[in-house]
Amino acid sequence: MIPVQPEVGVAFWMLAFVIIMSGAMVVSLRNIFHCALCLIICLSAVAGIFILLEAEFLAAAQVLIYVGAVSILIIFAVMLTSNLAVQKIVQTNENALVAFVICLVFMGGTCALVDATHVWRYTAEALPANNTLEIGRQLMTDYMLPFEVVSILLIAALIGAIMLAREEKT
Amino acid sequence: MWYFLALGAALFALGLFGVITRRNTIGILMSLELMFNAANINFVTFNKCIQGGSMAGQLFAVFIVVIAAAEATVGLAIVLLVYRNWRGIGSDHYNVMKW
Repeated sequence: MIPVQPEVGVAFWMLAFVIIMSGAMVVSLRNIFHCALCLIICLSAVAGIFILLEAEFLAAAQVLIYVGAVSILIIFAVMLTSNLAVQKIVQTNENALVAFVICLVFMGGTCALVDATHVWRYTAEALPANNTLEIGRQLMTDYMLPFEVVSILLIAALIGAIMLAREEKT
Repeated sequence: MWYFLALGAALFALGLFGVITRRNTIGILMSLELMFNAANINFVTFNKCIQGGSMAGQLFAVFIVVIAAAEATVGLAIVLLVYRNWRGIGSDHYNVMKW
């Protein structure tokens, strides 16, 4: 049985470099608007990673929802609160050094844990060829209940957001 | 597979760093999006390498994307509300809650 391993080639290293660099800029730049633009780059590169992992539907959804909707929402929020966007004040608080150590320890621990685990039950079975078809079929059969619950959650969140953000004129 | 999981861990650590250190609430929300994406990378990697045949990992990732969109909507609405009342969105503006 030959385990299926995703190919780690030039494309992966380029995408990983872009993700890590733009992610670091998202958390460290002073200007919050530049952070939002770096977030768009980072999310697009994650979509590229999804394509490498043969999740084409998810890559398209990532581009549509994250790059198309969530990033625009964040940029709108930055612009609506724009007297902060132009300031060059320090955006981080006094926890930075401690947080850096915590995150290094977390990442090192996670990588060591993954490295130490040898009991992965690799599959020899490839993913279904038609990705979108299979996701749609399973959403309508095995995952019907979560699908409906997440729809209700989404509409509740939208109505709640409208109620929160509306101007109280009357 | 190790490299993909390490990439997910690195992205999650970056998001964690952002959540801890940001003063700006929108910055915290952006770091949260990074952490969601790290989780998604891990789900899709496991779906390809471990599971095979089933698409449960990718379906989970789809649900996470939807829930992240809902979270961003509500979060940004709250940010706008706080900005309108206090003319600022630093996380130290949230000290007037009832409890």
